[in-house]
Amino acid sequence: MPSVELVGITKKYGGITAVEDASLHIEDKEYVCIIGPSGCGKTTLIKCISGIIEPTEGEVYIDSRPMKNVPIQDRGIGYVFQEIALFPHMDVYENVAYGPTVKGWGDPETKRLVEEMLNMMALGERVRDQPSILSGGARQKTAIARALASGSLLLLLDEPLGSLDVKVRGILRHELRRMVKDLDLTAVHVTHDQVEAMAVADRIVVMKAGRVVEVGTPLQLYLHPKSLFTANFVGEANFLVGEELEKTSDGVKVMVDGAVLRSSGQVDFKDEKVVLAIRPEFVAMRKARMVKGAWRGRIENRAFVGSTVRYEVRTGNGALIVIRRPFSPDAYVWKSGDSVSLVFPPRSVLLYPYPKGGLEKEISIE
Amino acid sequence: MPSVRLVNLTKRFDKITAISGLDLEMEDGEYLCVLGPTGSGKTTLLRLIAGIIQPDEGSIFIDGELVNNVAPQKRNTAYVPQDYALFPHLSVLENVAFGPISRGHSRKDAYATSMEMLNMTRLAWRADSFPNELSGGMQQRLALARGLASDSNLLLLDEPLGALDARLRVELRYKLRDLVKNRGFTAIHVTHDQEEAMVVGDRIAVLRNGRIRQVSIPFTVYNEPKSIFVADFVGGANFLEGFIAEGDQNGSWVQLRRGLVLRIRETGYSPGERVVLAIREEMTEITKRTRRREEINLFSGTVESTIFLGSFLVYEILLKNGDMVNSRVPVHLDKKRISSGERVYVRLKPGAIKTYLYPQGGLLRELEVI
Repeated sequence: MPSVELVGITKKYGGITAVEDASLHIEDKEYVCIIGPSGCGKTTLIKCISGIIEPTEGEVYIDSRPMKNVPIQDRGIGYVFQEIALFPHMDVYENVAYGPTVKGWGDPETKRLVEEMLNMMALGERVRDQPSILSGGARQKTAIARALASGSLLLLLDEPLGSLDVKVRGILRHELRRMVKDLDLTAVHVTHDQVEAMAVADRIVVMKAGRVVEVGTPLQLYLHPKSLFTANFVGEANFLVGEELEKTSDGVKVMVDGAVLRSSGQVDFKDEKVVLAIRPEFVAMRKARMVKGAWRGRIENRAFVGSTVRYEVRTGNGALIVIRRPFSPDAYVWKSGDSVSLVFPPRSVLLYPYPKGGLEKEISIE
Repeated sequence: MPSVRLVNLTKRFDKITAISGLDLEMEDGEYLCVLGPTGSGKTTLLRLIAGIIQPDEGSIFIDGELVNNVAPQKRNTAYVPQDYALFPHLSVLENVAFGPISRGHSRKDAYATSMEMLNMTRLAWRADSFPNELSGGMQQRLALARGLASDSNLLLLDEPLGALDARLRVELRYKLRDLVKNRGFTAIHVTHDQEEAMVVGDRIAVLRNGRIRQVSIPFTVYNEPKSIFVADFVGGANFLEGFIAEGDQNGSWVQLRRGLVLRIRETGYSPGERVVLAIREEMTEITKRTRRREEINLFSGTVESTIFLGSFLVYEILLKNGDMVNSRVPVHLDKKRISSGERVYVRLKPGAIKTYLYPQGGLLRELEVI
């Protein structure tokens, strides 16, 4: 059964280090996503697992077997790329049947497997269509069905939904996870889309500049990110730089541009300069009157985003705070220009030491 | 200043009608988003307005002037195509400054404006690079900067953020809107991303099969979708099939599959009429227990799965009659921590349910985007 173990993987291209000392354990039947901005090394890493790229240093194990010198076709993997690589002269059925046929499976067995995959991907009506007349979504579904029909228990997905419309992506990511779980596969899925990663993955690996920054469940990474980079990359967050005032029994008081904020974060670092992070939906907004511990501000901008409304509030001390509120037609919707009080629940205010290279550089997504 | 008016615009490619009798009016200074799935005709529409292709029927007015026979370069539009069309032999800065300089601006002015646009698109640090040294996302930002720096007041943007990483896309859309508004551009921005459309557009035109299905402000498109397709494409919803059972002056009763009965506020339907009910995922309420089992529109079901998506969670609930209902709960309000397999009650508020006649080609056909 395929578990995947990466030990100290480094890949260099001339003077450029694409991946640096990446170690990772993926359990059998686990769905793991690798996310990060372009150029972070996520594609290089998955190509090291597949064997398309030989790492400069380190070792890849699949099912506890070292993969050094094991060619791609002998690693027991199904692979789906962003660039849809179907055989143009074969119809949908023949494309999906290609793997099992090459492996020399008997016809009835191939037929049954292929049909099962086509049905699971709801491609039944398309079996005799050539790839050229399919929509992008249908082509990518065919590519996924083909990878699944190969019988491989380890599925590698490199931006499998990257070329598709948002709406189609939303539908297919759901299908993808269901298939992987129903068939008891192990999946490694590379994406730049953090919402997609949260929707499909059991665990997410966050990469930046060739290194693994953090690994965790979607919930951990969103609610309790260990690093500022993750806090910024897996969802919107407000970042405030401040000076630590005092430690209290339940956290810490921080001075931010003349105003006090409380965080229940634990301080195990000595620096006085800290960064606070809070997600837009955790900031509470009230009518402007003196609320104890609240910040006063004025709404500068309002954007209606369907199920939520996003506000930008300029506070008295000059900070611009982004706030997200659920929308319902019968609830009050604040307007630009409204004066408001902002409440930051200490439990949702995350605390980090101020990064050595500066905040901007630390959370940069380029 | 450019207003845009399209009258009965039609464009065919062989047997395919890409744009079909399309009418649209835009005010000067308006930011319009054209939203639709792949193949809906979005790019064709932009290319018609830019003058790159000619319509088979209909008229295009820019700033009140009929431009059907006006050459593209004389239409005073800045078209930013999906494939960027950058000058490979010019640096990033020179690419952006090319337009202003060729229109007679001084080098100094042109470079100043260009640097401002490169700052906005976060490319200033690559000003001396050449296009082939940039990533796909950077090339797209360069094309956008070039469009913004041109003197044209009518911007035609084809998926201007499409090649960017999801996280950067979200960040830049707010900046893009600010910039277009601050500089007083009229803009048509094509996208398949409904959230992007809601954030950047003053109005949204939802396009499908070459026709505009609805055009209005984002709020209205989201809250008053005129069709099942628009409800699904913009925001998504739970769709339940049923038949009108009976009605009174305050609403109607709808018979769902396997005898489940639901109350809606809408009237004017006749008993026996086949309908589709739409309710947004966030307008459903889940409770673990209830005191009043007989409450209207309260249905018991089982949580099939929980999907955590960051700022919210989605519970998939299987109702007893086999219908699925998704319920979306903002993460900061999710105190219940319901697990898969648990029995729950779902409340579908009558006032939040939209009713549509069952579509002629079937519900699946109406929802099709793949």
